[in-house]
Amino acid sequence: MTRFIERHPAWALILLIAVAVMLWLVLAVWPPGLEEAIGRKRVFLNAVFNGITLGSLYFLVASGFTLIFGLMRNVNLAHGSLYLFGGYIGYAISTWTGSWVLGFIVAFIGVALVGVVLQIVVFRRMEGEDLRQTMVTIGLSIVFADLMLWVFGGDFYQIQTPNWLVGPIELPLVTAVKSSGEAVYLRYPMVRLVIFVAAVVIGIAMWLALNRTRVGMMVRAGVDDRDMLAATGVPIQLVFVAVFALGAGLAGIAGVVGGTFQSISPGEDTRFLLASLVVVIVGGMGSIPGAALGAVIIGLAEQLGSVYIPTYAIVVTFLIMVLVLALRPQGLLARR
Amino acid sequence: MSLVQGAHPQTTQPAERARAALLAWPEFNKPAVWLVAVILLIMPFIASGFFLIEIFATTLILGTIALSLMFLAGYGGMVSLMQLTVAGFAAYMVAVFGMSANTNISLGWPWWLATPMALVLATAFGTLGGALAVRTEGIYTIMITLAIGAAFYYFTNQNWAIFGGHTGINTIATPKFWGVDWRSDVPYYYVTLGVAAFCYFAVQYVSRAPFGLALQGVRDNPRRMAALGFNVNAHRVAAYAFASFIAALGGVLQVWNYRQISPGSVSVGACIDILIIAVVGGITRPIGPFIGAFIFVILRTFALDLLVKFGLDGNRFRLLIGLGFLAIVFWSSDGVIGLWERWRRRATATDKRPGGGHGHG
Repeated sequence: MTRFIERHPAWALILLIAVAVMLWLVLAVWPPGLEEAIGRKRVFLNAVFNGITLGSLYFLVASGFTLIFGLMRNVNLAHGSLYLFGGYIGYAISTWTGSWVLGFIVAFIGVALVGVVLQIVVFRRMEGEDLRQTMVTIGLSIVFADLMLWVFGGDFYQIQTPNWLVGPIELPLVTAVKSSGEAVYLRYPMVRLVIFVAAVVIGIAMWLALNRTRVGMMVRAGVDDRDMLAATGVPIQLVFVAVFALGAGLAGIAGVVGGTFQSISPGEDTRFLLASLVVVIVGGMGSIPGAALGAVIIGLAEQLGSVYIPTYAIVVTFLIMVLVLALRPQGLLARR
Repeated sequence: MSLVQGAHPQTTQPAERARAALLAWPEFNKPAVWLVAVILLIMPFIASGFFLIEIFATTLILGTIALSLMFLAGYGGMVSLMQLTVAGFAAYMVAVFGMSANTNISLGWPWWLATPMALVLATAFGTLGGALAVRTEGIYTIMITLAIGAAFYYFTNQNWAIFGGHTGINTIATPKFWGVDWRSDVPYYYVTLGVAAFCYFAVQYVSRAPFGLALQGVRDNPRRMAALGFNVNAHRVAAYAFASFIAALGGVLQVWNYRQISPGSVSVGACIDILIIAVVGGITRPIGPFIGAFIFVILRTFALDLLVKFGLDGNRFRLLIGLGFLAIVFWSSDGVIGLWERWRRRATATDKRPGGGHGHG
């Protein structure tokens, strides 16, 4: 942090001002002039919260993607399919047993198993051939998409939110002050906040696992230099399988989250593949903190964009990607 | 462009030099090639309207778009998934600048103004995308170009002012001049054939021109080429510009064919179809994409009937395509051309002839 400020004082200042402005916009009661200029604060706050919670969903998808890419140099373009598959599993389990949490567990295990099979049966055979692996993942995504269309049809599915999470919760953030002087607080869906907290917990757990455990050390070493790690006698194939399973499982969990937030249907796989691509391009490929930062930026850009410039929202996302590629092609938080 | 002047050997030269120039194109000294050329030329007398347009013209259009990917991937080592997006952009621009049923969007320019405008804009669009993609290397190219393609798809879906939202733009006017309706089956077929042949020979020519050779050098060893004084990134961006122009030509033909354009035509699935076509055909030779496109179109048109005949669900066409693509990627990185060459090498091995024909490195 201090090094960043020393190296790029101008950027640090701009960032600091941006964060301060953002905090003021979120916390302060907006003066009437501002409300006239850009609309009501409730709309803005909702967009910000939607953006951050959407970002947490993007983080769940993209962290698996970036982990797999970082270690195995495998651009897994079937990652969106894994997401969608997780969503369908979660839907099937939660409607069958009525347990939302069980849907998560089964989706994680089921999709992780698919990942293990993929790594052992397909990708191990073509190690080091980046382009071929990527082509295979494209083929797989087509096959998976069609198989899922076959089984589940083209309908929209929505996973039922459990009763204890239904309904809004009042947050200590003032959206407006009534003429009687009474403050109006923001009400926000409980389930989204819970998901956000869960994503943060998963992110921190992943960070701890990567930075504080032996396996994490192996994974980090593998990201830096795969061949050298293999030469030191680490069972690298096992590490590969474990990482692929974890990455796929995270995509599966994200599918259940997406099915609860929004809905799952054919085509969502592409949407989330695009989201993970942009998130890791912006955040830096192979970096978990990068995925978190990228996910929040893209989530916010998407939601704020769709509120304030509806027909050009995707352009904002795209411009962010262009800007990052132009200024820092390796991504915001990548080391190389 | 000066690139294309050499595509047509000059007949005013002395006969021998013309012959030598002709023989420099390996395509011209094989009887099979002449046979294919003649068949393609007399196709309207063989095939009916449905086959002519739905099979052959579509093959030529998809082949042209895939050819632009083949050029980038085969000679430049850059697998770009946005070639269909460039083509779609050109198609949208034809619709926006030309005449269509959506009079509040279309500017109503005549075709001879709208089409060059569309080509220029699409080439610029593809070049800009390429300039972005070359900021990073290798495998990242796929990610960035796929992101560009997907972003364009979602943008066309949500933008109503220019791109007509998810219904797109309909009933686009096609050129009519010299008393010919160029969208009626036979003239249209010859237009696509002409454009496809032009692009094919242009790619052939460029691949042997100094620029193409330098590009292949960049593909094989960028650091060495940089050390030799070549501007690596400039070569790559120029390759994107050239490929974008070819893709844009394909896109213009496509919009004239369907006379409408909607986000579905530039979806991510369609972008990936172009990659499939190029890879299945083979990305080492310009002829590969056309072979791949032919297989793809035949499968797409007849898979339904075939699957039903075998007692399977006719809707599983994409499954078939995906599995076929996987099989090609697994067993022949060179596509159908690679399979054919391997088979021929085995057949000619007994004759002790140097097999394999002319490979481009």
